[in-house]
Amino acid sequence: MSDLGISRPSGQELPKPPFHKRFFGSVPVSVTIYAIIVGLIAYGAYAGAQGMGYNWQWYRVPQFLYRNTEVGFEWGEIPIGLVATIKLSVTAFLLATAIGLLVALLRLSGLVIGSAVAVGYLELIRNIPLLVLLYLFYYVLGPIFGFDRYTASILTLAVFHSALISEILRAGINAVPAGQWEAAKSIGMSPYQTYRYIILPQSVRFMLPPMTGEVVHLIKSSAIVSVIAVAELTTFGRNIISDTYMSFEIWFTIALVYLVVTLILSIGVSHLEKKYAVDQ
Amino acid sequence: MTQADPMIEVTNLDKFYGAFQALKNIDLTVHQGEKVVICGPSGSGKSTLIRCFNGLEWHNSGRLVIDGIEVYEGAKDIRELRQEVGMVFQQFNLFPHLTVLENLMIGPMKVRKIPKAQAEETARNYLDRVHIPEQADKYPAQLSGGQQQRVAIARSLCMETRIMLFDEPTSALDPEMINEVLDVMVELAETGMTMVVVTHEMGFARKVADTMVFMEAGQIVEISPPEQFFTNPSSERCRLFLDQILAH
Repeated sequence: MSDLGISRPSGQELPKPPFHKRFFGSVPVSVTIYAIIVGLIAYGAYAGAQGMGYNWQWYRVPQFLYRNTEVGFEWGEIPIGLVATIKLSVTAFLLATAIGLLVALLRLSGLVIGSAVAVGYLELIRNIPLLVLLYLFYYVLGPIFGFDRYTASILTLAVFHSALISEILRAGINAVPAGQWEAAKSIGMSPYQTYRYIILPQSVRFMLPPMTGEVVHLIKSSAIVSVIAVAELTTFGRNIISDTYMSFEIWFTIALVYLVVTLILSIGVSHLEKKYAVDQ
Repeated sequence: MTQADPMIEVTNLDKFYGAFQALKNIDLTVHQGEKVVICGPSGSGKSTLIRCFNGLEWHNSGRLVIDGIEVYEGAKDIRELRQEVGMVFQQFNLFPHLTVLENLMIGPMKVRKIPKAQAEETARNYLDRVHIPEQADKYPAQLSGGQQQRVAIARSLCMETRIMLFDEPTSALDPEMINEVLDVMVELAETGMTMVVVTHEMGFARKVADTMVFMEAGQIVEISPPEQFFTNPSSERCRLFLDQILAH
């Protein structure tokens, strides 16, 4: 140090932060406070249920997850419902992305009629409640065009989520600098080639976080199709409860299943994001 | 000046942004193999003019013929034209999600439909020409500004262009990187490429230019060979401009 000719003021202790900050900032104290709060909420729920004389029957729940019968292992209603929910969500999401991309490109096309159609569509969809949209598709458009409840629910979810997805896509596309368009043009690329090879691959980085949010949102809102009795997780939950009257246990379980699925999704995508961030 | 075929013919060209006239009554002819350097103060319309040459901007009146193709908004063969006319930008505009090699190959493969192996050979060949063959597998962000600009030059050359446009190619570079880019441009000039260069690098202009163009306020004020341009410009405004940028 000293041979470099750099002198450092030594020994001056900085004043410590005030006691209450150090106390509440320390890990053991934080964990304890967190555990107390969660514990109080759980106890409150339990005590409330006891108070109304609820008969907890958690031991009956596993049979709805899986069963070992004489014919062998079989999945219970809840995993089957989960698979149905995932299928429904994936199909609706793909369709929503396709519609969303179309609407986004219409708005970006620079054609007056294109953006007018797109804006009209967005305002219409965004201002109708999801439940009403579902009724429209199932009770009105369904009979007219002759599609069943499963198709109606996929269309409802896709149309509803296409509005926000188109905005996410549009923002992602706009986030790519104008110079990229010019560079692609100057080597003779068509607009399609420019989107396909230059713009969209770069937009993914901007779109991933909000798109994940939208998928999570879609999985959650897919529960609404239980009102027209489409076979999926929430519908199966309702069916089990009408057979067993275990509403507390089953709703807790169903909520937990949704939570686990969406958490896995969020964590997976944040890993993906890190990968994309390194690549650039 | 060579008396070969005209590659760029500009006749009476006007360009407006709303009510603002960016280019006024431009007349300019660039012959095959000719090197034209355009200079002038900022906002004089230099960039706008060369951006018209490959259809990044459209002129409002007058005629513009590039390599026998008439350029106007909505021209069907504009994409064919852009394949003939390479453009190097001030901000490089490399594709950040592709490696250097992929940046060079994507145009030939997707636009010219050249097989991958052949596109890669061409790409490596041009990377050699701009003296950075070892950077082929890196991403643009991992390169210095000078290296990025050389990749951008190679990217245009990979399209086997007949005309190269340079829009202030060294203005965004750190001073120590300017020469490596200019050297590549001088070498390119020696191959007989037709070049139109917007730049303030007067050393480069003296070395390479066949014709100097001075623009101000959307008009061409002076067109002359460099020996006359630098020693005895005919317009007072041009003399003042040269004094300012050559003062140091």
